[in-house]
This record gives sequence, C-alpha cells and structure tokens, in this order.
Amino acid sequence: MDFALSPEMETYRDDIRALVAEVVTPEVTDRQHTTGTFNSYELNRALAERGYLERAVPGLGKGDPVELWLLFHELEKAAAPVDGISMALMIAGVVAHAGNDHQKATVLPDLLTGESLVSLGYSEPDSGSDVAAAATRAVRDGDEWVINGTKMWTTMAHEAKWILLLTRTNLDVPKHKGLTMFILPMDTPGITFDAVHTMGTERTNATFYDDVRVGDEWRIGEVDGGWKVMGVALAFERGVMGGTAVGIPLLRHFHEWAAHEVGDDGRRAIDDPVVRERMARVAIDNEVATLLTLKAAYLAGTGALPGLEGSMCKIFATEAYQKAARWFAHAAAPASLLQFHEPGAAADGWIEYDLRHSPVTTIYGGTSEINRNNVAERHLGLPKAR
Amino acid sequence: MLLDLTEDQRAIEDVFGGFFRRECPTTVVRAAEPLGFAAALWARLADLGAPAMGLPEAAGGGGASLADLAVVADAAGRAIAPVPFVDHAVAGRLLARLDALDDAVLDGTTVATLAVRPAVAGAPAWSLVPSGAVASVVVGLVGADLVCVRGDGPGTAPRNHGSMPIADRSTAGGTVLATGAGAAAAFAVALAEWRTLTAAALTGIARSAQDIAIRYVNERHQFDRPIGAFQALQQQLADLPIMIDGAFLLASKAAWAGDRGTPGTIDVGHCDVTDFETLAAMAFIFAGEAAAHATDRSLHAHGGYGYAEEYDIQLFFRRARGWTLVAGDPSKECLALSDRLYGPAGAVEGSRG
Repeated sequence: MDFALSPEMETYRDDIRALVAEVVTPEVTDRQHTTGTFNSYELNRALAERGYLERAVPGLGKGDPVELWLLFHELEKAAAPVDGISMALMIAGVVAHAGNDHQKATVLPDLLTGESLVSLGYSEPDSGSDVAAAATRAVRDGDEWVINGTKMWTTMAHEAKWILLLTRTNLDVPKHKGLTMFILPMDTPGITFDAVHTMGTERTNATFYDDVRVGDEWRIGEVDGGWKVMGVALAFERGVMGGTAVGIPLLRHFHEWAAHEVGDDGRRAIDDPVVRERMARVAIDNEVATLLTLKAAYLAGTGALPGLEGSMCKIFATEAYQKAARWFAHAAAPASLLQFHEPGAAADGWIEYDLRHSPVTTIYGGTSEINRNNVAERHLGLPKAR
Repeated sequence: MLLDLTEDQRAIEDVFGGFFRRECPTTVVRAAEPLGFAAALWARLADLGAPAMGLPEAAGGGGASLADLAVVADAAGRAIAPVPFVDHAVAGRLLARLDALDDAVLDGTTVATLAVRPAVAGAPAWSLVPSGAVASVVVGLVGADLVCVRGDGPGTAPRNHGSMPIADRSTAGGTVLATGAGAAAAFAVALAEWRTLTAAALTGIARSAQDIAIRYVNERHQFDRPIGAFQALQQQLADLPIMIDGAFLLASKAAWAGDRGTPGTIDVGHCDVTDFETLAAMAFIFAGEAAAHATDRSLHAHGGYGYAEEYDIQLFFRRARGWTLVAGDPSKECLALSDRLYGPAGAVEGSRG
C-alpha cells in the first residue's frame, strides 16, 4: 500500500487549508451555534470561486473521490459549518449520476455556485429507518405529477433552493419498487415548512407537500426507480462526506484546554495518566476512522459504489466520537458543562457542544443498527433479519 | 496512493496463505501445545525462504519490505501458526543493520528473537522473551546497551495463557552491538517493526475469529432457525469486519512508513501522522483490541461450546491476548504513545500539534 498523497493532492490539500484558515473565522464558526444553521455562504462561495466544488463532485470535473475526501476531511477537521455544502455536493453528485438534461442544466450549475442549498426529503413522521416505507404520494395527472405528504428532518429546507424528494408512485409492488425520486424547487407552490429545534442547536424542519404540481422534468431516475437513486445518495452520505472526522477537532480542542488549564487539584488534565491514556486511544480511533473513510473514497475512485464501506466507517467514527465526547467531558468536568461564551467553559464550550451533538451522529444518515444490518447481510452474508 | 495489496503482495499472500492453510490446520497448533513451537512446520517454512525473506539482499536475504512481511504475518496469524516468524524476522533485520547477521539466522536453522521489554542495567535476565524458549540468539536492551546473547533456549516454556514459547533469558555473556543513543534508536526501530508485524498477525487472528463465528452461527440452529438469523448476534458480529479493516489499514500504514525510512510527521491535531514508531504503536494497540474483541465475540457466539477445549475458538482467544500482553500493559503503551503525541507528562508546553 502507499498512503502518500500525490504532489498534486498535497497542493490541493494545502490550498483548502489556506482557504479554510482565511474564510472560516471564529465568527463564522460561532454563527452556526447561534443561528442553528450549519452553513457558511462565505465558505461555499470561496470554494466555488476556486472551482473546488465542481472539481470535487463525483462524476464531474476531476471527480476523484480521494479529492472529495480531502476537501471534507480538511473542512471537518477545522470544525467548519459544512452541513449545507456537503448536502449540496452530495446531491450535485446524484444529479450528475442520475439526473436528466434539464436538471443538469438547471440544478447542477446552481448547486456549484455555492449560493444554493438542497434539503433531503427522505424520512417521514412514520418512516425513518424503514425509509422505503415512504408514504408521500406522487400521482400522475396528465403531463404533471401531484405530490402530497410530509417529510421530517429536512435540514436546511428553510434556506434551501432545492428539495430532493422520495415519493411513492406505486402501491401494487413491494415497497422498494414503488418509489420515485424528484428534485424540486423549494418555492414550488404547495410546499411549506415548520422549524424543528434540536438538542445540538442545529435547526431542522418538517416540510409539507399540499397538492404540489410539478412537471415530469423534475423527476430524477426512473419512475418506480427511486430506491436506486437513494442508494447513490446514501453511498456518498455515509462515506466520504459523512462527518467521520468529528473526533479530530474534539481531540484538538480538548488537548488545547488540557495542556493549559490547571484543575482544582493543582495539576493539568494532560498530566493525568488516565486522561493521557484516553487521549492516546482517541488519537488511534481518529486515525482508524480516517483510514476507513479514505478507503471508502479510494474504492469509489476505482469505480465501486462504496455503500458498505460507508456504513462501516460511519459506525466506527460516530461511536468513537461519542466515547471521546464522554471521556473528555468527564476529564474536563465540571468546566465541560459550560456552554459557548460562558467564562471558564472547557475548550471555550466545545466539549459541552460535542457531548450534546454526538448522540445524533449514530442516528442521522442511517442508524448504527441499520448500518450494522447492512454489514451483517452484505459483508458477512448472514440471513436477512427484517 | 494505493490502498490495496500490490501484485507482488497478492502473490506472497497466495503462497503463504496457501502454505499455512495446508500445513497448519489447528491439529498442528494443538499438537504443538503447550510449548507453541512446531519445529517441522518451521523447517518447511524455512524451505520457502521465510526466515531470510525480510533480510537485505546484500546479506543473502530476500530483500522483502516490511509491508511484504506484514502479509505473511497476517497469514501466520490466521493460522495461529506455532512458528517464530515475526520475532525472527525482526531480530534478523536488526542484526543485519548492525552487521551481526550469520548464516544460521539467515536460513532459520537458528531462531533469533527480540527481547521486546528492555532490561535495566545490571539485570541478570530479560523476562518472558517472545520465542525465548526456542531462540538461540536474543537481541535486546540492557540499560543503555544493545546486547546480543547467543546460546540455546531452554526448549520449554512456563505454562502460559497463549501457549507461547516464552522464557526468561540471561543477559550475561553477550556482545554489545551498540550503546547509548545508537542502541536506543536501533532498538526503537526493531520494536516498531515487531509491533507492526505483530499487529498484522493479530489482524489475522481477528479474521479467523470472524470466519469461525460466521461458520458456526450459520450451522447452529436454535428456535428452528440458524442463530445467525438473529439480529442480536448479527449486530455484535457486524463490528468485526470494521475492526479488522481498520487494524489492517493501520498496520499497513505503519509498514509503509517504516519502509519509507524518511522522518514522518506527528500532527495529531489534524490527524496527520506519518511517523513510523508512532503508527506502529497505534497499530499494535488497535490490533490487540481488534483481536481481543473478535475472539471474545466469536467465542460468545458459540455459547457453551466456545468454552469447550474441543472447539477451536479458544485457541484463537488465548493467543489474541498472549501475543498482545507479552509486550506488557497496553495502558502503559498508550501512555508512551501519548508522550510521542503530546510530549511527556509534566512538560511545561505539552503540545506537538
């Protein structure tokens, strides 16, 4: 094996690092925690201006998944607000992969400007892990489709220009075979949304579709072929762009705090052997999470769709992140209880934030249980148990 | 960037994977207990050139890279082969670097090993040296000196958890190969190689534990269905390939860093670590966890039979722990790793990244 980045990749990484250092200021990072919208148009625009968005989209530009990994690895390591841009790039990849000419001419270039966001309309009030049970109906009416239903966890919908929508078009076939995907402008008449606020500060939404009428040009993939489109989107979401580097800024933030702050017992946390052992273990987990994610990206680069590897790195990275957040919250207690901007907050409030944010990471983008089912069935060849 | 085995390494995997499958079924492992050394198997492995494989071509060896050796170590681990492949390869490479290699080590008629835990100056012996029971050449640190002691091992081992040929070995009468900073540096590289290859071997143990578990849960029926159909078991077993992939990638990255031979970086704040000794420590600790977890889950999936001597999983369970703990307390290895990553405890400015 050869783990070296090519000189070209190194230059690309250094460029991204420089851009992040310039654009992702403490104000930008802080804003996501006050607004609940984990997006920075400054960052998105800066990436677009340098051509990095187009270059990174799978199947477009360079379309090298290792470069895509590099981009997100650098952004996540900097704790930059990436939820907006990661969904935009993911769906740009889906449109490049499965979209029609109309979508490639309208949606795709728009997403690549960095000015537009997209929301993912998969889950519903009654279907989350069983996402193929989606009940939002799309019914043909002449040349048009009429859509009715409700979607949950449509993060960024309040900012987004586009919504990717999983609908039911056929009730007479097994549930996976009766789904059709659309990508719609959010300002299509009949679409409304309500805010859903979360423990991790990030705002998400419920979106409602009330006799939404759209032309067939907004359908993406085949009629009743929505599950296939979903697979493409999930392969990107769980692997390369899936927030598998979250443990890295956590360790860095904790390290900075632990190396300088003297506790009640008169010594620094970093001098405590229990803390030091855990810091070593977190560094190892970060390395493993990074390698598993890189491997998923690398496989995608060889033409494979790394859905399984994406499941594997997501399980590992998110559970390691939760463990690290718990360990460091213990080590920095009680200062770890204090939130951003409170005097004396451990790592300026990052430890408290990670403790609060980490629970959702084993849920969104496919729960650990669903991902383990994938591994058990598709990697270990065990019988389907659902 | 290449995250697969090279074509050459696939060929190595074919040859040695096939060899161990053919020549080292668990009947051979059991027959070699309690000592944990199968002389006939070692001789056949020597016929394939394994003892000299990783030694420099100039010294008559095969010139194989650490990454190549990791492929063999993985295969040996899968078979829990009772042969001192890793210990011998690492000690031989160290001897070669110090111009102290002889033909008997080269062809494997003499087993060489590394005393992985240094002895303090004046200590009469290295304790529980890996392969110490069967090695005729032991290299290790005694205080500030790197010492090579020649003389046959006792041929027996204290009864131990992993059925390993471990033994205390005298530090007396040895040749000082290097001293001071040179000795410490040479030993550190050898230890990093040992950790890297042992990590690969432990990954092999984890792979077999997974295979054994999957076979068993597909065969064993309870409540009128294979127990592998139950989600409670599936969810536990699904962690195994993740840890195995992670362990092998990390061991391979350590091997790559070792083969590169250029100084690497330690920037843990950005997860940018290419330093060989650091990666080797990480790989060894993680692979130890992976092998322990995989054998634990596999044994558990067998129910009571997993605890029975008759079933093979107990052989793997014990070696997963033995091959790890022979190097000492993993928590202390984490502390040493922390020193590399963050600077020593008590330092005024602990940050290296």
